[in-house]
This record gives sequence, structure tokens and C-alpha cells, in this order.
Amino acid sequence: MLNVSNLQVSYGAIRALHGISLNVEKGEIVTLIGCNGAGKTTTLRAISGLVRSSGGSVSYEGSDITRVRPHELVRMGIAHSPEGRGVFANLTVEENLELGAYARSDHAAIAQDKEKGLTLFPRLRERLRQQAGTLSGGEQQMLAMARALMARPRMLLLDEPSLGLAPQVVSTIFQIIREINAAGTTILLVEQNAHMALKVAHRAYVLETGEIAMEGPAQELAASDEVRKAYLGVG
Amino acid sequence: MASLQDRAAQFKPAPMGGAWRALWPLAFALIVGVLMQLVLRPNIDAYSSTQILNIGIAIILAVSLTIVNGFTGQFSIGHAGFLAVGGYVAGSLAYYGSFAFFGSGAAKLGMLSGLYGAPAGAPVFTGGEILFFVSLLAGGLISALLGVAVGLPSLRLRGDYLAIVTLGFGEIVRVLIQQTPQVLMSKEAIAEAPAWKVPLSVGGSLGFGNVPKYTSHFWVYAAVVITLIFAYRLKQSSTGRALLSIREDEIAAEAMGVRTTYYKVWGFVIAAFFAGIAGGLYAHTLGISLSPVDAGFQKSFDIIIMVVLGGLGSISGAAIAAAIVTYLPELLRTPETLEKFAVVGIPLLIVGFAMLGMAGRRSSEAELRSGRDRRALPRVIIGLGAVIVGLSALAFVAKRFNINLGEYRLIIYALALIVMMITRPQGLLGVRELWDGALYRPLRDFFAPRSGGRGA
Repeated sequence: MLNVSNLQVSYGAIRALHGISLNVEKGEIVTLIGCNGAGKTTTLRAISGLVRSSGGSVSYEGSDITRVRPHELVRMGIAHSPEGRGVFANLTVEENLELGAYARSDHAAIAQDKEKGLTLFPRLRERLRQQAGTLSGGEQQMLAMARALMARPRMLLLDEPSLGLAPQVVSTIFQIIREINAAGTTILLVEQNAHMALKVAHRAYVLETGEIAMEGPAQELAASDEVRKAYLGVG
Repeated sequence: MASLQDRAAQFKPAPMGGAWRALWPLAFALIVGVLMQLVLRPNIDAYSSTQILNIGIAIILAVSLTIVNGFTGQFSIGHAGFLAVGGYVAGSLAYYGSFAFFGSGAAKLGMLSGLYGAPAGAPVFTGGEILFFVSLLAGGLISALLGVAVGLPSLRLRGDYLAIVTLGFGEIVRVLIQQTPQVLMSKEAIAEAPAWKVPLSVGGSLGFGNVPKYTSHFWVYAAVVITLIFAYRLKQSSTGRALLSIREDEIAAEAMGVRTTYYKVWGFVIAAFFAGIAGGLYAHTLGISLSPVDAGFQKSFDIIIMVVLGGLGSISGAAIAAAIVTYLPELLRTPETLEKFAVVGIPLLIVGFAMLGMAGRRSSEAELRSGRDRRALPRVIIGLGAVIVGLSALAFVAKRFNINLGEYRLIIYALALIVMMITRPQGLLGVRELWDGALYRPLRDFFAPRSGGRGA
């Protein structure tokens, strides 16, 4: 469904991605794990067009999207829930959700999707008219995800949904990620919390300083010595 | 699911509703304008007339800047440049147009024009007024075109860097106007000059005082009403949401499918249009001689003060602040009159505190969830009351000690701004509106009935 080949990104003279290749099949959850500065967020942003790539290509459902602008991509069915949540703090929860459907104009279906989102995240329903900035961190993450789903994506790019959240909230969030996937949305998940990410994902890529170091089925990687040492803090 | 279908159906506007929605603001603007001109103005003195007119123009400027600085979150400090462009374009068109059509540069006042009204027996409306109206629109449109030019750098720049670009724009306009040739004063002079040079002869640094003086309470307040309703609807529209999302988080906005580059430029264009209209009204005001200084940063800063004071992003806040910032320095000119204002200020304080008492000191959980803030309006009333009472107390003390407050007026004004910014850095209303308070729900629903979607 999504094919990234030899993708390179530079910030000025600094090369953040040295040519990475990965692919995501329809219906999968694929996770991209790695340390700080490994290039995980950059990879997602390059896929969704928020940063320009300096080489390589990205294709989605058979068409080349390397140079497609982010607002076009949303219309093609790729939604991006950015790192650090990025909720619109001064707008209400409801307005945030409506902005998630910004690229759509099918009002009836939008209302349905809002209802679906609120069923998935009941906490948000309670806070529909509250300013998003007054939500807790976990609720903001839920809002960011619900907002991304409002675009009715076939492919969801999730950037560090566990960032700065309490362990209990993290497991709720990952439970919901599973549900979203079960409902038919393909997910590319970027995570530092390798433990949780490898639990929900079907396949995984390990990113080290801008290159893919390992790849394989999530369970296999979770069992491998290298990953256990470097990312799971065991062994 | 049936209820969803019903709610979805509400999204479709009724066919008659569309035309009504487009037309009632115009009708309302005309009514307000006519009332201001024919009912209010004849009953107030010349000085107050001028003040009220200036406040109207300031409101248009402040609300238009709110669209860039408040909604979109782009920090522009060259807004006076648009004011000057609109003013000079409209002024030049109306002045030289008058020569072309009517043989002289004088205003042809109808019943609704002129700061002090038209002479007795004036027609209901004149050809001159049509020319004036067209000139205003032309000024706004040219200004909007320049808005594109200033908006484009904002695609790559943000914060301080963008501010410098916009400052540069204002200064360029100022210097260019300074270089323009002398105003042509007669038909003969116009006939002799090369045609391309005529509209550019707007007086350079000597100023352009010959613009026919059409501006009246009618024109200004009709424009104020339209500007306010436009800004309000913009804020509620999908374009407005796009602008707000850019202010809140540009990357997230882009990830949502908002074309941030496109809307940032749009913000500038809309703001420039209304600033241009304000400029045209200003240029045609009796007693005003348009000059290059009007494009300068001093003027820009006056407008920024209004927007920041009102709360970045609040239309009503900007409008209230525009009135205060315009009127306060004038009020301080004659401090003797200030004492009397305690009569207004003290009841305001009492009413404000009573309302705040009813609303409770802190937002309850339920209130937070419903997104209402019943404290907004009482706070504004208390703020106004405190300022008025403070000033009248100051005037009273000054009189006791034989100090002429008028001499210190700008210092007092500056101190008031400093105190305000320390005690309430988010401005009068923050990003909220007066009508966000629960008290004003009915009013809000009347002005902008939201087509469904609200609440579960």
C-alpha cells in the first residue's frame, strides 16, 4: 500500500535520513522504532510531505507521492497525527474534530465519523465544548488521533502517541490503536516505547541514525537479543 | 442513525435563507448608517462628531488587523501601509475623478455625506457620492492586491522575521508617497500634465488635503457594521477555521489538509482590503490632510496596540480597544471634564462586580465543558469602570494640587497601557468574544445561527 524506497532527507548540511526503504501492506500495523534522533519523525514527515525529501521516492497505492503537498495527501487518504499532539489549544474539542475533516465536504458522513470517533474515545464526548488546551495529556493524544481519523484515512501515520503519558493511559491508547486497525485502517506507527509498539504491530523496522538497522515481524524482533538489549532494556 | 441523517439535513441552507443571509447585513449597515447620520449626529457637537467618526475608522482598522495578527497568528506591523495605499488611491480617484466628471475637485454632498451633514436642500444622493463609493472600493481592492505581495513572504517567514518584512512594506509605501509630485489644483494644470502623471500627483510630503470631503457617520458606520459582521462570519466559516488552525499549530494544520500557504496569503488580502477601505474613509474626512506619515510605523503601532489590548483574535475585543485607544488620549486633553465621569464609572463597577458575583469566581467543571465563559462581559465592564473611576480620581487629585493633567496626558496613557499589559497580558477578552458569555447566547444565535453540528 505504501512503498518508501531509498528516502533521503537533509536539514541544511545535516543528513537526517541516509536512504531508507520500507513498505506497509494493506491492513497492517507497521512500527518504526528507534532512539532519539534516529529519524523516525523525519521519516513520517517526509512521507506526508511536511518536509521535503532530497532523494528517493514514496509511492502510495501505486502512485508516486514523493512531491505531493500535504493537503493533497489528506484527500488521497493519508492522515498524519503529528508528534507532540499538536491540538489546536484555543479551539474546542469539537472544532478540533471538525478541522480534522477539513479536506472533506460530505457533511452527512462527517457527522457519522464524528459519532464514530466519539464512541471510540468516550472521554472526548464529555469534553466536546471544552477548549482543547485544557485537556489532560492523554485526552489531547486521544483528540489528536480522533482528529486524524476525521479525515477518514485509509492510512494513518501516528507519531509517538505515548509521548509523555502515564503507563495506564499508554495502554488505553494502544488498545485503541488496535481497534482502529481492526476497523480497517492501515497504520504506520512511530514509537520510542518499543515494548508497546512491538506488542501491537505486525511488522517492525528499527531505525538507527537515519538508516534501517533491522526489520522483520514484530514478535521476532521483540525476541531478538539485539533489540531486547538496545530498546527493551532487558538481557 | 436517523438522528444523524436529520442533523446532516440541517447543513443545507434553505434557498430563501441564502439570499437573506447575504442581504440583511447590508440592510442593517444602511439602517445603522442612516441613524448615525440623521439622528445621532445633528444632536452632538462638532468635537464629539469628529471623535465618533475617528473611533469608527479605528474599529475598521483594528478588526482588519485582527484577521492577520489575531486569527492567523502572523505578526504584521505594517498595517498603516495598507491604510495609506487605500487612502491615496481612493483620494486620488475621487479628486481627479471629480475634475473629470464635474469640472472641479469639490465634494458634491448628498443628504448622507459630509462630517457635519450636507447643506440644506441637498439632494438625497449625488453622482459625487457614487464616485466616492467606487473610489473607496478601488482603494480597498488595490490595497488587497498589495496584501498578496506582503502575504507572500509570510509563506517562508514567521514571527520577528515576518514583522520586519511588514515594517519594511509600510516604510516603502511612506517613502514612495513622499516622492509624488505636487497636487494639481485646477482644470488647466490637469490638462497640461501628462495623463499618466495626473493620478500620481498626490502632494508628496506636503500632504494631500484636497480630497473631496464626503466621509460621514453614515459611510463610516455602515462600513463598521459590514466589517464586524464579515469578520464574525469569517471566524465561523471554514476559511476562518483554517486561519485559526494556522495560528494554533501550523504543522498540525497542514497535516489536517489545510493549505496553510494559501490561507496565510488570504488573511493578508482580506485584512488589506478592509484597511484600504478605512484609509479611503480617512482620506475623505473633513479636517484630514492625508500625508506620508499615515503609512509610517507610528500609525501601525497604534493599530497593533488596539489589537493586543483587545485580545489577539477577539473581534469584539479589538473593537472595544479601538474605541478606548482612540478616545482616551483625547479625553485626557481636557482633564477637567474627567471628574464628572465618576458618575458613569462607579455604577459600571457595581454592575460589573454584581455580574461577576453571580457568575462565580472560577469556571466550574461543567462550565469548562460547555465552553462558556460568563466572566468575559463582567470583566470588561469592571475594567472600563476601573479605568473611568481611576481617571476621575486622578483628575480630582490633580485639581487639588493644581497640576495640569493635560500636559501629562501621553504619560498617563502610556502608564495605563503598561498596567493593562501587566495585569491582563492576554488583552481584554483574550481569544474570546463578548457574546461567548452565556448571557449572550441568544444574540450569538441570532447573528450566526450555526447550521447544526453543535453538541451531541
